Amino acid sequence: MEHYVMNLTLKVWRQKNTNDKGRFETYHVKNISSEMSFLEMFDVLNEQLIQEGKDPIAFDHDCREGICGMCSMVINGRPHGPWHRNTTCQLHMRAFRDGDVIVVEPFRANAFPVIKDLVVDRSAFDRIIQAGGYISVNTGSAVDANAIPVEKDKADAAFAAAACIGCGACVAACKNSSAMLFVSAKVAHLGLLPQGQPERKTRVLNMVAQMDKEGFGACTNTGACEAVCPKGISIDYIARLNRDYMMAALSSPE
Amino acid sequence: MKLDAKIPPGPLENKWTYYKGHCKLVNPANKRKLEIIVVGTGLAGASAAATLGELGYRVKAFCFQDSPRRAHSIAAQGGINAAKNYQNDGDSVFRLFYDTIKGGDYRSREANVYRLAEVSVNIIDQCVAQGVPFAREYGGLLNNRSFGGTQVKRTFYAAGQTGQQLLLGAYQALERQVALGNVIMYPRHEMLELVLIDGKARGIICRNLINGKLERYFGHAVLLCTGGYSNVFYLSTNAMGSNVTAIWKAHKKGAFFGNPSFTQIHPTCIPVSGEYQSKLTLMSESLRNDGRIWVPKIKGDKRHPNDIPEEERDYYLERRYPAFGNLVPRDVASRAAKERCDAGYGVGTTGQAVYLDFRYNLINKYGRAEASRRGIKDPDEETLVQLGKEVVKEEYGNLFDMYEKITGENPYEVPMRIYPAVHYTMGGLWVDYELMTTVPGLYALGEANFSDHGANRLGASALMQGLADGYFIIPYTIGNYLADEISTKPIHIDHPSFEEAERAVTERIEKLLDVKGTQTVESFHKRLGKIMWDKCGMSRNEAGLKSAIEEIRSLRKEFWSDVRIPGSANEFNPELDKAGRVADFLELGELMCIDALHRNESCGGHFREEFQTPDGEALRDDANYSYVAAWEYKGESQWELHKEPLIFEEVQPSQRSYK
Ligand code: SF4
Ligand code: FES
Repeated sequence: MEHYVMNLTLKVWRQKNTNDKGRFETYHVKNISSEMSFLEMFDVLNEQLIQEGKDPIAFDHDCREGICGMCSMVINGRPHGPWHRNTTCQLHMRAFRDGDVIVVEPFRANAFPVIKDLVVDRSAFDRIIQAGGYISVNTGSAVDANAIPVEKDKADAAFAAAACIGCGACVAACKNSSAMLFVSAKVAHLGLLPQGQPERKTRVLNMVAQMDKEGFGACTNTGACEAVCPKGISIDYIARLNRDYMMAALSSPE
Repeated sequence: MKLDAKIPPGPLENKWTYYKGHCKLVNPANKRKLEIIVVGTGLAGASAAATLGELGYRVKAFCFQDSPRRAHSIAAQGGINAAKNYQNDGDSVFRLFYDTIKGGDYRSREANVYRLAEVSVNIIDQCVAQGVPFAREYGGLLNNRSFGGTQVKRTFYAAGQTGQQLLLGAYQALERQVALGNVIMYPRHEMLELVLIDGKARGIICRNLINGKLERYFGHAVLLCTGGYSNVFYLSTNAMGSNVTAIWKAHKKGAFFGNPSFTQIHPTCIPVSGEYQSKLTLMSESLRNDGRIWVPKIKGDKRHPNDIPEEERDYYLERRYPAFGNLVPRDVASRAAKERCDAGYGVGTTGQAVYLDFRYNLINKYGRAEASRRGIKDPDEETLVQLGKEVVKEEYGNLFDMYEKITGENPYEVPMRIYPAVHYTMGGLWVDYELMTTVPGLYALGEANFSDHGANRLGASALMQGLADGYFIIPYTIGNYLADEISTKPIHIDHPSFEEAERAVTERIEKLLDVKGTQTVESFHKRLGKIMWDKCGMSRNEAGLKSAIEEIRSLRKEFWSDVRIPGSANEFNPELDKAGRVADFLELGELMCIDALHRNESCGGHFREEFQTPDGEALRDDANYSYVAAWEYKGESQWELHKEPLIFEEVQPSQRSYK
């Protein structure tokens, strides 16, 4: 791997709080190593701002290894930046060249209000899970784990759907701010398993209803969500959700 | 004060059954009158909050992240142990118990560990019922892999994302209770003080991280499930926000701290690449199943690893430990890597790395098995490599991708470079058999307590312990306490103890902001980390520890006179959050060094250079140090040591041998 250093110009969205209108500010960073992660570059910038007596840029992050789903930046117009199947925290500076101008914004959606700068409120996702993203089983009442065999391909498909990290990049990428990819991943994960069958119908109806209530838009199948999803969640799950939804709606008593 | 572990009577294998049959119960109507605070929503916290909510208690759960699903348990990779013996390879509850005691180098409590092994089987059942998509075999049954320090296959897994899947199971159970109104969830809230009334834990003071306001919460009991404190080393595999603050506040209010210096240095992490490094990334121990660790036989060999022929490679773990080979416990593997690098055989630009190589198993294990499954006769090496890659992708794909993103190298083609890094802390708040700390009504679960792993934790046991504590242990033991609290009415948060606790928090925040110095929080954290890593890390000695204590004290002074924190208290202010955590690490670091200095022996991850066998293994001193060191806070830089003797009835401590 070739290592190099670079000087960059950053245009970063600054917004004091939810009610502030917000604007872009321009910053310069020097001697950034190609081996740094994108967030480490932000650390350098923030240290610089603190030293200058300015307000550092607020951004969400925690695990910095692509699994917690907390980091959330739109980088040059793309949620999580230029790399395929990647989170902001796993993006490394070798994706950029000396002299680049990088534009950084928060994940924007009506259902994700900005808290400060690049930090948004994604609690709507938790409320969608509350509406039915689980299997109702109290602790202690389970049968032996091997009592119900699950076909390997079904288990693998359920796992692939369950890999969603709840980051919300799919919403940020969608021109309608739809949360369908996120919701469909959970509906598929649980609906593919025998344990998830009893609640399959109510789950999909309730989760979709909550999604609408939160102000996420409708899905028009543009596929933008799949393209930016760091975990490669497939839009096939959306088709699957639609089938489940139809079936459930037809057989529901209402 | 005499430490009472409250271990139930009777033979080891009956103790938990005996306890469950004799502990006090709270009837359903009374449960609804009792409030429980749960701080932290990782595996221990989420599973406890969900289960206690199901039982009918009124639960309030807190996390500093924006959602309970983000807690750091999410990042655990390799798997979770359980004594299911589905592989029919000789596993049993006793064997899991024995491996854990031995792996911990005989510094854990037998009764707790036995119970852990016992409930391990229930955990798997529970998780599968919740829809956790564990790996399965073609027949539809659960698959297992093996981990370090054992000779059976008892680890259940979901690719390299087992922690994620288990946490999502617990998170979903928790959100279900939120929907039912049994749990109220407070995300982006950080506990900054414990409230004691008449000597009992009765509440917490939190900072709402969105608007900076301090808030008061009452509970009949308080559960701290806030994880470990590896970030005292600055660089660790922990998430950036992982911190000691909650348990440290509790410690200063009377909860004893058990074995604070017992730290796990994980052998297989991606090496440090530069000064700007903010955290380290683990490569799961499960990779040691399939990867072989080596360094060149020639010192300073700069050839590309693929150009170094087989006979010029030193597979030093297989050489030193023929019985366990690459699957020795973590502390042993880490020290062996350090030994090779210190001796000049390390690889990579810094010389602080060894190779983890998959080629052999790509071909011989996975490639051949896949070829015969597909009926390919006499496959050539390249076909085998291809077939092997497909299987490995399924098993560890996410880890290989992660490695490539960080290093820019493809581990399917080139061996990974790895080096040990701080990963887990076995130490934590001292708890008795019921998981209660020395403060009545205050419990510590999961990594936040010291209880089950002794001086070294075995791989795939952290997830097991977190869920055991939360799903299966606390629901019983807390009842035994709360049964006597049913007539305690909820205490109003105007009570003077709440006032006083809040005032203390306000004053501390003001003091931090008032310093208005010149150096950033981050720079102090880095300096502390360096002291800890150099002098209280993988190997320790008397002189180093003594100087570390002095250095930490003066660094702490410097912090309080020169730290610069931007912004104000009443706003979203991550720098202020971090400052509070680093201030606590600056106190904890000192205690860790004091503990490491007092323990004049080597055991597990605690390696004192003065105490080693002729061939460099840890040399325990059972006659003098077979105890849990429980430290009582007595004021700044002052602690009193209490000892809980460890009594072994089932296993006879011997020198751990993995040869
Ligand atoms: S579906 Fe993908 S993009 Fe959407 S929340 Fe899940 S992981 Fe993120
Ligand atoms: S910080 Fe956890 S996924 Fe990026």
